[in-house]
Amino acid sequence: MPDTAIPHPAFEDFVPGEITTYGRYEVTKEEIIAFATEFDPQPFHLDEEAGRASWLGGLAASGWHTSAILMRLNCDGFMVGSTSMGSSGLEEVQWLKPVHPGDVLTVRREILETRSSASRPEMGIVRCRFELVNQKGEAVLVQTNPIFFGRRSAEVA
Amino acid sequence: MYEDIVIGQRDELGAHTFTAEAIIAFAAKYDPQPFHISEEAGRNSHFGALVAAGWHTGGMWMRMRVEHARRVAAARAAKGLPVQQGGPSGGFKNMRWPKPVKAGDTVTYFSECTSKRPLASRPGWGIVFSLNTGVNQHGELVMSFDGSGFMPMAGAST
Repeated sequence: MPDTAIPHPAFEDFVPGEITTYGRYEVTKEEIIAFATEFDPQPFHLDEEAGRASWLGGLAASGWHTSAILMRLNCDGFMVGSTSMGSSGLEEVQWLKPVHPGDVLTVRREILETRSSASRPEMGIVRCRFELVNQKGEAVLVQTNPIFFGRRSAEVA
Repeated sequence: MYEDIVIGQRDELGAHTFTAEAIIAFAAKYDPQPFHISEEAGRNSHFGALVAAGWHTGGMWMRMRVEHARRVAAARAAKGLPVQQGGPSGGFKNMRWPKPVKAGDTVTYFSECTSKRPLASRPGWGIVFSLNTGVNQHGELVMSFDGSGFMPMAGAST
Protein backbone atom coordinates (compact mmCIF):
# COMPACT_ATOMS: atom_id res chain seq x y z
CA MET A 1 0.00 0.00 0.00
CA PRO A 2 1.23 3.51 -0.71
CA ASP A 3 2.19 5.36 2.42
CA THR A 4 1.95 8.81 0.87
CA ALA A 5 0.22 10.58 3.73
CA ILE A 6 -1.78 13.13 1.75
CA PRO A 7 -4.62 11.61 -0.36
CA HIS A 8 -5.01 14.42 -2.93
CA PRO A 9 -1.69 16.23 -3.04
CA ALA A 10 -1.33 19.71 -4.54
CA PHE A 11 1.82 21.74 -5.24
CA GLU A 12 2.02 23.00 -1.65
CA ASP A 13 2.24 19.45 -0.27
CA PHE A 14 5.63 18.64 -1.80
CA VAL A 15 8.63 19.45 0.39
CA PRO A 16 12.16 19.61 -1.06
CA GLY A 17 14.37 16.89 0.41
CA GLU A 18 11.42 14.69 1.38
CA ILE A 19 11.91 10.97 0.67
CA THR A 20 8.89 8.65 0.42
CA THR A 21 8.62 4.96 -0.43
CA TYR A 22 5.48 3.32 -1.78
CA GLY A 23 4.04 0.61 -4.02
CA ARG A 24 4.67 -3.07 -4.69
CA TYR A 25 4.74 -4.64 -8.16
CA GLU A 26 5.58 -8.29 -8.77
CA VAL A 27 6.84 -8.82 -12.31
CA THR A 28 5.78 -12.07 -13.97
CA LYS A 29 7.29 -13.94 -16.92
CA GLU A 30 3.95 -13.74 -18.74
CA GLU A 31 3.81 -9.95 -18.40
CA ILE A 32 7.47 -9.51 -19.49
CA ILE A 33 6.79 -11.54 -22.66
CA ALA A 34 3.41 -9.88 -23.35
CA PHE A 35 4.88 -6.35 -23.11
CA ALA A 36 7.93 -7.25 -25.18
CA THR A 37 5.80 -8.92 -27.86
CA GLU A 38 3.92 -5.66 -28.35
CA PHE A 39 6.69 -3.08 -27.81
CA ASP A 40 10.19 -4.56 -27.70
CA PRO A 41 10.39 -7.97 -29.41
CA GLN A 42 14.13 -8.53 -28.92
CA PRO A 43 15.09 -12.16 -28.11
CA PHE A 44 16.36 -11.45 -24.55
CA HIS A 45 12.93 -9.99 -23.63
CA LEU A 46 10.99 -12.94 -25.11
CA ASP A 47 12.92 -16.11 -24.45
CA GLU A 48 14.68 -17.58 -21.39
CA GLU A 49 17.45 -19.17 -23.42
CA ALA A 50 18.21 -15.99 -25.39
CA GLY A 51 18.13 -14.03 -22.11
CA ARG A 52 20.71 -16.33 -20.51
CA ALA A 53 22.98 -15.98 -23.54
CA SER A 54 22.81 -12.15 -23.37
CA TRP A 55 24.32 -9.52 -21.05
CA LEU A 56 21.07 -9.60 -19.09
CA GLY A 57 21.77 -13.09 -17.70
CA GLY A 58 18.22 -14.36 -18.12
CA LEU A 59 14.83 -13.37 -19.47
CA ALA A 60 14.54 -9.68 -18.57
CA ALA A 61 11.89 -6.99 -18.92
CA SER A 62 12.22 -4.32 -21.59
CA GLY A 63 13.43 -1.03 -20.09
CA TRP A 64 10.29 0.57 -21.54
CA HIS A 65 8.27 -1.97 -19.55
CA THR A 66 10.15 -1.16 -16.32
CA SER A 67 9.51 2.54 -16.98
CA ALA A 68 5.80 1.86 -17.53
CA ILE A 69 5.70 -0.04 -14.21
CA LEU A 70 7.16 3.02 -12.43
CA MET A 71 4.45 5.13 -14.07
CA ARG A 72 1.77 2.76 -12.75
CA LEU A 73 3.20 2.79 -9.22
CA ASN A 74 3.35 6.60 -9.33
CA CYS A 75 -0.28 6.78 -10.53
CA ASP A 76 -1.40 4.54 -7.66
CA GLY A 77 1.00 6.11 -5.15
CA PHE A 78 0.17 9.80 -5.62
CA MET A 79 -0.67 10.98 -9.15
CA VAL A 80 -4.28 9.81 -9.59
CA GLY A 81 -6.47 12.14 -7.53
CA SER A 82 -3.71 14.75 -7.23
CA THR A 83 -3.73 18.17 -8.92
CA SER A 84 -1.16 16.83 -11.45
CA MET A 85 -1.23 18.65 -14.77
CA GLY A 86 1.23 16.29 -16.42
CA SER A 87 4.87 16.67 -17.30
CA SER A 88 6.73 18.26 -20.19
CA GLY A 89 9.11 15.32 -20.31
CA LEU A 90 11.90 13.52 -18.50
CA GLU A 91 15.44 14.69 -17.88
CA GLU A 92 16.97 11.24 -17.63
CA VAL A 93 16.08 7.57 -17.33
CA GLN A 94 18.76 5.02 -16.41
CA TRP A 95 18.06 1.30 -16.69
CA LEU A 96 20.71 0.12 -14.24
CA LYS A 97 19.95 -3.56 -13.64
CA PRO A 98 17.89 -6.19 -15.46
CA VAL A 99 14.40 -6.96 -14.11
CA HIS A 100 13.68 -10.71 -14.08
CA PRO A 101 10.50 -12.75 -13.52
CA GLY A 102 9.59 -12.85 -9.84
CA ASP A 103 11.26 -9.51 -9.02
CA VAL A 104 9.22 -7.30 -6.69
CA LEU A 105 9.59 -3.56 -7.27
CA THR A 106 8.99 -0.61 -4.92
CA VAL A 107 9.37 3.15 -5.52
CA ARG A 108 11.62 5.51 -3.57
CA ARG A 109 10.76 9.12 -4.42
CA GLU A 110 12.87 12.15 -3.52
CA ILE A 111 11.60 15.70 -4.01
CA LEU A 112 14.56 17.59 -5.48
CA GLU A 113 13.02 21.07 -5.70
CA THR A 114 9.74 22.94 -5.96
CA ARG A 115 9.34 26.22 -7.82
CA SER A 116 6.62 28.56 -8.98
CA SER A 117 5.79 29.07 -12.63
CA ALA A 118 6.16 32.70 -13.67
CA SER A 119 3.85 32.30 -16.66
CA ARG A 120 1.23 30.08 -14.96
CA PRO A 121 0.56 31.24 -11.38
CA GLU A 122 -2.12 28.57 -10.87
CA MET A 123 0.52 25.83 -10.82
CA GLY A 124 4.01 24.99 -9.65
CA ILE A 125 6.77 22.66 -10.77
CA VAL A 126 7.91 19.74 -8.60
CA ARG A 127 11.18 18.15 -9.67
CA CYS A 128 11.44 14.51 -8.58
CA ARG A 129 13.98 11.72 -8.58
CA PHE A 130 12.49 8.23 -8.63
CA GLU A 131 14.25 4.97 -7.92
CA LEU A 132 12.62 1.64 -8.67
CA VAL A 133 14.11 -0.76 -6.12
CA ASN A 134 13.98 -4.58 -6.29
CA GLN A 135 13.56 -7.09 -3.45
CA LYS A 136 17.37 -7.15 -2.96
CA GLY A 137 17.42 -3.40 -2.35
CA GLU A 138 19.06 -2.69 -5.73
CA ALA A 139 17.96 0.31 -7.79
CA VAL A 140 16.99 -1.13 -11.19
CA LEU A 141 15.86 2.22 -12.64
CA VAL A 142 16.51 5.87 -11.81
CA GLN A 143 14.44 8.64 -13.37
CA THR A 144 14.53 12.41 -12.91
CA ASN A 145 11.70 14.60 -14.12
CA PRO A 146 9.54 17.65 -13.36
CA ILE A 147 5.78 17.30 -12.77
CA PHE A 148 3.32 20.22 -12.89
CA PHE A 149 0.88 20.43 -9.97
CA GLY A 150 -2.01 22.82 -9.46
CA ARG A 151 -1.86 24.94 -6.30
CA ARG A 152 -4.32 24.33 -3.50
CA SER A 153 -4.92 28.09 -3.33
CA ALA A 154 -5.91 28.03 -7.02
CA GLU A 155 -8.51 25.31 -6.29
CA VAL A 156 -10.08 27.48 -3.61
CA ALA A 157 -9.97 30.66 -5.67
CA MET B 1 26.43 -3.73 -36.53
CA TYR B 2 28.57 -1.01 -34.90
CA GLU B 3 30.79 -0.51 -37.96
CA ASP B 4 27.78 0.08 -40.21
CA ILE B 5 26.36 2.91 -38.14
CA VAL B 6 26.89 6.20 -39.98
CA ILE B 7 26.91 9.39 -37.90
CA GLY B 8 24.27 11.76 -39.24
CA GLN B 9 22.25 9.04 -40.96
CA ARG B 10 18.53 9.41 -40.23
CA ASP B 11 16.37 6.31 -40.66
CA GLU B 12 12.60 6.30 -41.00
CA LEU B 13 11.65 3.38 -38.76
CA GLY B 14 7.97 3.02 -39.56
CA ALA B 15 4.54 4.42 -38.73
CA HIS B 16 1.81 3.40 -36.30
CA THR B 17 -1.84 4.49 -35.91
CA PHE B 18 -3.05 4.76 -32.30
CA THR B 19 -6.63 3.56 -31.83
CA ALA B 20 -8.82 4.60 -28.88
CA GLU B 21 -9.01 0.93 -27.85
CA ALA B 22 -5.22 0.51 -27.75
CA ILE B 23 -4.72 3.87 -25.94
CA ILE B 24 -7.19 2.83 -23.23
CA ALA B 25 -5.85 -0.74 -22.94
CA PHE B 26 -2.27 0.46 -22.42
CA ALA B 27 -3.24 3.18 -19.95
CA ALA B 28 -5.53 0.90 -17.94
CA LYS B 29 -2.46 -1.22 -17.22
CA TYR B 30 0.31 1.36 -16.88
CA ASP B 31 -0.98 4.96 -16.67
CA PRO B 32 -4.61 5.10 -15.48
CA GLN B 33 -4.96 8.88 -15.41
CA PRO B 34 -8.51 9.90 -16.49
CA PHE B 35 -7.47 11.56 -19.80
CA HIS B 36 -5.72 8.32 -20.89
CA ILE B 37 -8.57 5.88 -20.10
CA SER B 38 -11.82 7.72 -20.92
CA GLU B 39 -12.96 9.62 -24.03
CA GLU B 40 -15.19 11.79 -21.88
CA ALA B 41 -12.56 12.56 -19.23
CA GLY B 42 -10.17 13.38 -22.08
CA ARG B 43 -12.64 15.88 -23.58
CA ASN B 44 -13.03 17.55 -20.19
CA SER B 45 -9.27 17.69 -19.53
CA HIS B 46 -6.72 20.31 -20.57
CA PHE B 47 -5.91 18.04 -23.56
CA GLY B 48 -9.47 18.29 -24.89
CA ALA B 49 -9.43 14.65 -26.07
CA LEU B 50 -8.45 11.10 -25.13
CA VAL B 51 -4.65 11.04 -25.44
CA ALA B 52 -2.08 8.24 -25.42
CA ALA B 53 0.17 7.74 -22.38
CA GLY B 54 3.68 9.03 -23.01
CA TRP B 55 5.11 5.57 -22.39
CA HIS B 56 2.72 4.17 -25.02
CA THR B 57 4.08 6.63 -27.61
CA GLY B 58 7.64 5.86 -26.47
CA GLY B 59 7.19 2.08 -26.37
CA MET B 60 5.91 2.13 -29.94
CA TRP B 61 9.16 3.85 -31.00
CA MET B 62 11.02 0.81 -29.62
CA ARG B 63 8.76 -1.57 -31.55
CA MET B 64 9.40 0.34 -34.78
CA ARG B 65 13.14 0.39 -34.01
CA VAL B 66 13.25 -3.40 -33.54
CA GLU B 67 11.25 -4.04 -36.71
CA HIS B 68 13.53 -1.71 -38.68
CA ALA B 69 16.63 -3.52 -37.37
CA ARG B 70 15.09 -6.84 -38.47
CA ARG B 71 14.57 -5.54 -42.00
CA VAL B 72 18.17 -4.29 -42.13
CA ALA B 73 19.42 -7.66 -40.83
CA ALA B 74 17.34 -9.55 -43.42
CA ALA B 75 18.79 -7.37 -46.20
CA ARG B 76 22.32 -8.09 -44.95
CA ALA B 77 21.64 -11.82 -44.74
CA ALA B 78 20.26 -11.78 -48.30
CA LYS B 79 23.62 -10.35 -49.46
CA GLY B 80 25.50 -13.03 -47.52
CA LEU B 81 26.79 -10.49 -44.95
CA PRO B 82 27.09 -11.42 -41.25
CA VAL B 83 24.22 -10.46 -38.93
CA GLN B 84 24.47 -9.86 -35.17
CA GLN B 85 21.87 -9.22 -32.54
CA GLY B 86 22.12 -5.72 -31.00
CA GLY B 87 22.55 -5.30 -27.26
CA PRO B 88 20.44 -3.65 -24.57
CA SER B 89 20.28 0.04 -23.66
CA GLY B 90 21.26 1.74 -20.42
CA GLY B 91 18.59 4.42 -20.72
CA PHE B 92 18.04 7.80 -22.36
CA LYS B 93 17.94 11.54 -21.74
CA ASN B 94 15.74 14.51 -22.57
CA MET B 95 12.44 12.80 -23.32
CA ARG B 96 9.93 15.37 -24.59
CA TRP B 97 6.27 14.95 -25.48
CA PRO B 98 5.58 18.38 -27.04
CA LYS B 99 2.11 17.47 -28.45
CA PRO B 100 -0.36 14.83 -27.30
CA VAL B 101 -1.10 11.75 -29.45
CA LYS B 102 -4.88 11.49 -29.93
CA ALA B 103 -6.99 8.52 -31.01
CA GLY B 104 -6.66 8.07 -34.79
CA ASP B 105 -3.29 9.85 -34.99
CA THR B 106 -0.57 8.20 -37.07
CA VAL B 107 2.96 8.66 -35.74
CA THR B 108 5.98 8.14 -37.99
CA TYR B 109 9.15 7.36 -36.06
CA PHE B 110 12.75 8.29 -36.88
CA SER B 111 16.22 7.60 -35.47
CA GLU B 112 19.36 9.56 -36.30
CA CYS B 113 22.83 8.53 -35.13
CA THR B 114 24.54 11.48 -33.41
CA SER B 115 27.76 9.82 -32.20
CA LYS B 116 29.37 6.49 -31.35
CA ARG B 117 32.44 5.16 -29.56
CA PRO B 118 33.95 1.81 -28.58
CA LEU B 119 33.26 0.64 -25.01
CA ALA B 120 36.39 0.54 -22.87
CA SER B 121 34.72 -1.82 -20.38
CA ARG B 122 33.57 -4.40 -22.95
CA PRO B 123 35.98 -5.13 -25.80
CA GLY B 124 34.15 -5.92 -29.03
CA TRP B 125 31.25 -3.63 -28.21
CA GLY B 126 30.43 -0.01 -28.88
CA ILE B 127 27.85 2.49 -27.68
CA VAL B 128 25.75 4.39 -30.21
CA PHE B 129 23.95 7.64 -29.38
CA SER B 130 20.88 8.75 -31.31
CA LEU B 131 18.25 11.48 -31.61
CA ASN B 132 14.86 9.79 -31.84
CA THR B 133 11.61 11.40 -32.86
CA GLY B 134 7.95 10.78 -33.62
CA VAL B 135 5.96 13.04 -35.97
CA ASN B 136 2.17 12.97 -36.42
CA GLN B 137 0.17 13.12 -39.68
CA HIS B 138 0.18 16.95 -39.49
CA GLY B 139 3.99 17.04 -39.39
CA GLU B 140 4.03 18.00 -35.69
CA LEU B 141 6.67 16.61 -33.35
CA VAL B 142 4.96 14.46 -30.68
CA MET B 143 8.04 12.86 -29.09
CA SER B 144 11.80 13.23 -29.01
CA PHE B 145 14.60 11.79 -26.88
CA ASP B 146 18.35 11.26 -26.85
CA GLY B 147 18.86 7.50 -26.89
CA SER B 148 21.82 5.19 -26.46
CA GLY B 149 22.32 1.52 -27.17
CA PHE B 150 25.07 -1.08 -27.08
CA MET B 151 26.08 -2.61 -30.41
CA PRO B 152 28.46 -5.49 -31.16
CA MET B 153 31.46 -4.90 -33.43
CA ALA B 154 32.28 -7.25 -36.26
CA GLY B 155 33.38 -10.62 -34.91
CA ALA B 156 32.22 -9.96 -31.34
CA SER B 157 30.42 -12.76 -29.53
CA THR B 158 26.91 -11.75 -28.46
